Amino acid sequence: MDQLGLWSLRLLLITLCITPLRQLTGWSPLQRFRRMLGLFAFFYVCLHVAMYVAVDQRFNWPELWKDLTQHGWIIVGCVAFVLLIPLAITSTKSAMRQLGRQWQRLHAAIYVATLGGCWHYYWQVKRDVRPPLAYAAMFALLMGWRIIHRWRQAQRLRVPRTH
Amino acid sequence: MRHRPRPLTEQHVTPESLYLTRRHLISGLLGTGIGLAVGDAHASLPTGAVLHAAHNAAMSVSAPPNSWDDITTYNNYYEFGTDKSDPAQYAGSLRVTPWTVTIGGEADITGPVSLDDLLKPHALEERIYRLRCVEAWSMVIPWVGIPLGEVLRRFKPRSNAKYVRFTTLNDPTQMPGERSSILHWPYTEGLRLDEAMHPLSLLAVGLYGRSLPNQNGAPLRLVVPWKYGFKSIKAIVGIEFVEREPRSAWSQANPKEYGFYANVNPAVDHPRWSQASERHIGGGLFAPRQPTLPFNGYAEQVADLYRGMDLRRQF
Repeated sequence: MDQLGLWSLRLLLITLCITPLRQLTGWSPLQRFRRMLGLFAFFYVCLHVAMYVAVDQRFNWPELWKDLTQHGWIIVGCVAFVLLIPLAITSTKSAMRQLGRQWQRLHAAIYVATLGGCWHYYWQVKRDVRPPLAYAAMFALLMGWRIIHRWRQAQRLRVPRTH
Repeated sequence: MRHRPRPLTEQHVTPESLYLTRRHLISGLLGTGIGLAVGDAHASLPTGAVLHAAHNAAMSVSAPPNSWDDITTYNNYYEFGTDKSDPAQYAGSLRVTPWTVTIGGEADITGPVSLDDLLKPHALEERIYRLRCVEAWSMVIPWVGIPLGEVLRRFKPRSNAKYVRFTTLNDPTQMPGERSSILHWPYTEGLRLDEAMHPLSLLAVGLYGRSLPNQNGAPLRLVVPWKYGFKSIKAIVGIEFVEREPRSAWSQANPKEYGFYANVNPAVDHPRWSQASERHIGGGLFAPRQPTLPFNGYAEQVADLYRGMDLRRQF
């Protein structure tokens, strides 16, 4: 249960590493792994949720409902899971083509879902928050890199206009 | 039997003395139908010095105990790390001999006592207790120990002694987990004096008829079976009689989630999870959750201690 959750989060973070790595190395074949890794992450999230519903709670719906309405960390985890569903559905080439620019915008939801995953992990730890903070730091690093990269690109685009 | 027979050699022959004590132990266990479970627990055999303890059937549950492996590799003992497998891996650095317990506070007899002197006047008993962790998992454990109340009475607590405070060893060189500030070290716990005097409260020194492995709280630990596991403090070096409710490590760390009493109570949820049911360790991945019982099934014996208290508030 815990291991599946951890691997879900790890795979989400690994997926988020692809774009920075490609930009750093300029090696574009990397991009092809992004979808596969993202779907792996989604698969692990599904296993994690299935394990929670079927094995941990034994389909005890009243208990599940109580968890989902009363316990913040379950709500956050559930939102993250739900956010990933449309991303998995629209991961095909044809969906990418049909959605065009919208696809990019939709798939930015992975940032929110990963943040939710980090939060969900942090919130359920009994006392030792160092491991969840390490994951959150990794996420912050990946997001920080994206922000700086975008800002630099904006700068670069502005330069010719000032002359 | 699941395991394959291996060829027997000279070294497989059990020394007679050991054989006899084992017979003694197993015959004691058979009375409660535990013998078969012991036979099954061969994944790894119990280690440690053999203890001579009479089985106390009246104070034992009839459920089969967890395997030696379950009990000695799935532990919460933050002095050795926060993973369940950390204590089994790192508790080897703890030196349990010699061991001294310091008795203090409101009692006529105080001062340091060697572990041998502390145990000497008492006959060891084996008691099979349920253990319920606040994290909603449970085990059944065959402890060896002595009734805490009998030990405490020897030191003649004074009339103003209302609580007992227990302290774990504070030595980061032996307990590497104490280097991080996850909890306030040393780990402390407390009981109301009447709780401590209750016949179920046990000072344990062994497990499965052997001396306690370090990861299970060697050489001396508390076992209070109707309370969540964190009350059962390990590696005790201090016992103090006090007037006021002592601070306990977990309620100090997070008073909203962990109370002083910490009685097992399916009706009062932990703020982040339900306490209505529990996962029994060793039941396998697909074993159903078991309902949690009030006072972990010991309500008949201990509910009177809490008459008139609001257990929702004093959790």
